[in-house]
Amino acid sequence: MSMNGSSPGKGANGLSKRTVIALVQDQPGVLARVAGLFRRRGFNIASLAVGRSEREGMSRMTFEVEGDPEIVSHVARQLDKLIEVVEVQDVTEWDIVWREMALIKVSATAETRGEIMQLTEIFRATIVDVGAEAIGIEVTGDPDKIDSMITLLRPFGLREVMRTGRVAMPRASLEVGGKDGHNVRDKDAKFWVPNSPDSPGEKRTGSV
Amino acid sequence: MSTDSRELSGAQIVCESLLREGVDVVFGLPGGAILPLYGVLGQYPLRHILVRHEQGAAHAADGYSRATGKVGVAFATSGPGATNLITGLATAMMDSSAVVAITGQVGRAAIGRDAFQETDITGATLPVTKHNYLVMHAGDLERTIKEAFHIARTGRPGPVLIDIPKDVFQEMATYTGNAEMDLPGYNPPGEADTGDIDAAVELIDQSERPVILAGHGVLISHASEELREFAERAEIPVITSLLGISGIATDHPLHVGMPGMHGVAYASIALDEADLIIAAGARFDDRITGDTKRFALQSKKIHMDVDPAEIDKNVKADVALIGDLKMVLGQLVPALKKNRHTEWLRRIEHLKAEHPSLSIRETDELLGQHVVKAIADATGGGTHIVTGVGQHQMWAAQFSTFDKPNRFHTSGGLGTMGFEVPAAMGVQVGVPDEVVWSIAGDGGFQMTMAELATLKENNIPVKYAILNNNQLGMITQWQDFVYNKDFYANAYTGNPDFVKLAEAFGIKGLRATSQDELESVIKEAMAHDGPVVIDFQISQEANVYPMIPAGESISELIEEPV
Repeated sequence: MSMNGSSPGKGANGLSKRTVIALVQDQPGVLARVAGLFRRRGFNIASLAVGRSEREGMSRMTFEVEGDPEIVSHVARQLDKLIEVVEVQDVTEWDIVWREMALIKVSATAETRGEIMQLTEIFRATIVDVGAEAIGIEVTGDPDKIDSMITLLRPFGLREVMRTGRVAMPRASLEVGGKDGHNVRDKDAKFWVPNSPDSPGEKRTGSV
Repeated sequence: MSTDSRELSGAQIVCESLLREGVDVVFGLPGGAILPLYGVLGQYPLRHILVRHEQGAAHAADGYSRATGKVGVAFATSGPGATNLITGLATAMMDSSAVVAITGQVGRAAIGRDAFQETDITGATLPVTKHNYLVMHAGDLERTIKEAFHIARTGRPGPVLIDIPKDVFQEMATYTGNAEMDLPGYNPPGEADTGDIDAAVELIDQSERPVILAGHGVLISHASEELREFAERAEIPVITSLLGISGIATDHPLHVGMPGMHGVAYASIALDEADLIIAAGARFDDRITGDTKRFALQSKKIHMDVDPAEIDKNVKADVALIGDLKMVLGQLVPALKKNRHTEWLRRIEHLKAEHPSLSIRETDELLGQHVVKAIADATGGGTHIVTGVGQHQMWAAQFSTFDKPNRFHTSGGLGTMGFEVPAAMGVQVGVPDEVVWSIAGDGGFQMTMAELATLKENNIPVKYAILNNNQLGMITQWQDFVYNKDFYANAYTGNPDFVKLAEAFGIKGLRATSQDELESVIKEAMAHDGPVVIDFQISQEANVYPMIPAGESISELIEEPV
């Protein structure tokens, strides 16, 4: 179970998923513009998470987009055309940290409560709510981990699942003055090499 | 705050801002929600042309922009007024035309309550505008209008809509005269990357069979002169897209013509045989490429565009030059070696001889081609030609001749029937001293002919040449070629008498039914100081050739049977 994988996952339909981060002006309608663009260009969003950024008046969006790198490159360029979108990056090949959070309400009786609590501990999840017949659990991690936890909790009786969608952030460079998100694993040496010359995510001729 | 700072109503701020943007004419039609703006409009030196339908206002603003390179402005009220603009905005969007539309909206307190004449017009126009705004405070109007004009005219131009609630027009706010824009996400490119330029130079210098595919970008960027220098320096034949027509003089030795679905066969074949296609402000529209999997497989592609999202969208580029075309050509051309492609040009001459796409079949009947050719012969290459969509448009594209840039204005991307009437009006308002002919279909003409009243009122002297075959000609052609001759809903059996119709509007009406009458009728129309409608009754038995059916390739080319 990887906590920080940087390889793209697979969607339900077998298409590979890519991670795109956008910095957008925090204005009314910006979400509608982004969603409308995805719909009319025929792109599929697997997940979308939005929240305020460190810059005043700006939000960050993390998308998981289904499709091959070429399609996602189109997505990114179309997104970048939106006036309120300040910056777009396909960070799939980058060295990123990603997380998703889920709230899970599962049925719990006196007999099953202990087992559920054990599972919670194994997944380093937290019990955030306890009722007469159910328990609320908060779990954070990469989507595979959350999927696994949900699968294991299902037999107890899933009452409600709420997932945030993935948020992603390029990892800080290991080198002073290096570019974030560009630490590259050196397979032989088994350690991270910052800003390797053939690091991924570099601009192709003429692209954004 | 500058000394110019003063308290004004929202409506006054709109007018002041329009003047500051250099607007001198507005096409519009008032209604309840925008009446506060009309209440002050008369106090400003802004010419308002009252249209008969808001679609006319949008197309006229579009035509004005295409002809002048300035931003065209349309006003409409909320609800139906605003929704009537949509076809015009979509047309401008597809053809990258700089339009700013200002719509009234119901009062702020009524928004979202399904008030009388309320429509969510910013929601409705999201996909057909480059950007849009709903302005909820009069204090935001000045900055918003400045941004709207900047967005509309820069980069890849496009329509911007500003929706203003009735009470925002009435609200007082400070007008400074120097509002600052807040567009951190909008930075249209200027020059291309020098590494990309080097890569392009290498491809061009090495190419043996290069062609330039010149699009609308050439005209939008005022780069015709640079295009000609480029073509001449490296001796590269120039193929023009529908919207690129007039980007190079028709009689220039390197001019080839329009390729694609109804383009001349030799241009389509040249594109197919080329080893390098240099797209200059063209977007590889499906009417040019047909099946992209079989399009121009022998060639590398250099794609120059101001819009990065066009790169690789339809056809994969080997080198992309992203920037303003005039600047990009300015970088590229001096770096190219002077070159000759004698053998390649000879091949194209041979193709022209083998595929005489512009020969007109022998007949005593009057054909659309005859009319277009006669207008071109009679008026010279400086005439503005405006068309809608359909057979008349394709004949106009094939047979019109131009010796000045930016003279052909047509609804290319959206293919809007009816564009030809109000857009020609807007073109003529933009270039009052130039000759403007609208080549219209009888179908499209009837969609927007209400604007004849506007033309009469303002004495806008557009000459309308209706290629009248009493049918939807292109529909007839497709039913003939593609739908097994199952003709249905293609014939107009009750068309009006267009001469009497013109006269009912107080406009000169003329008619020609034979080739012999062409010259005299065109001469008479030209001599008349005012709008003219000419009913050219053309043969129904006419198809546009050549034709490459939709989604096919050059191997499915259909030429006129001899």
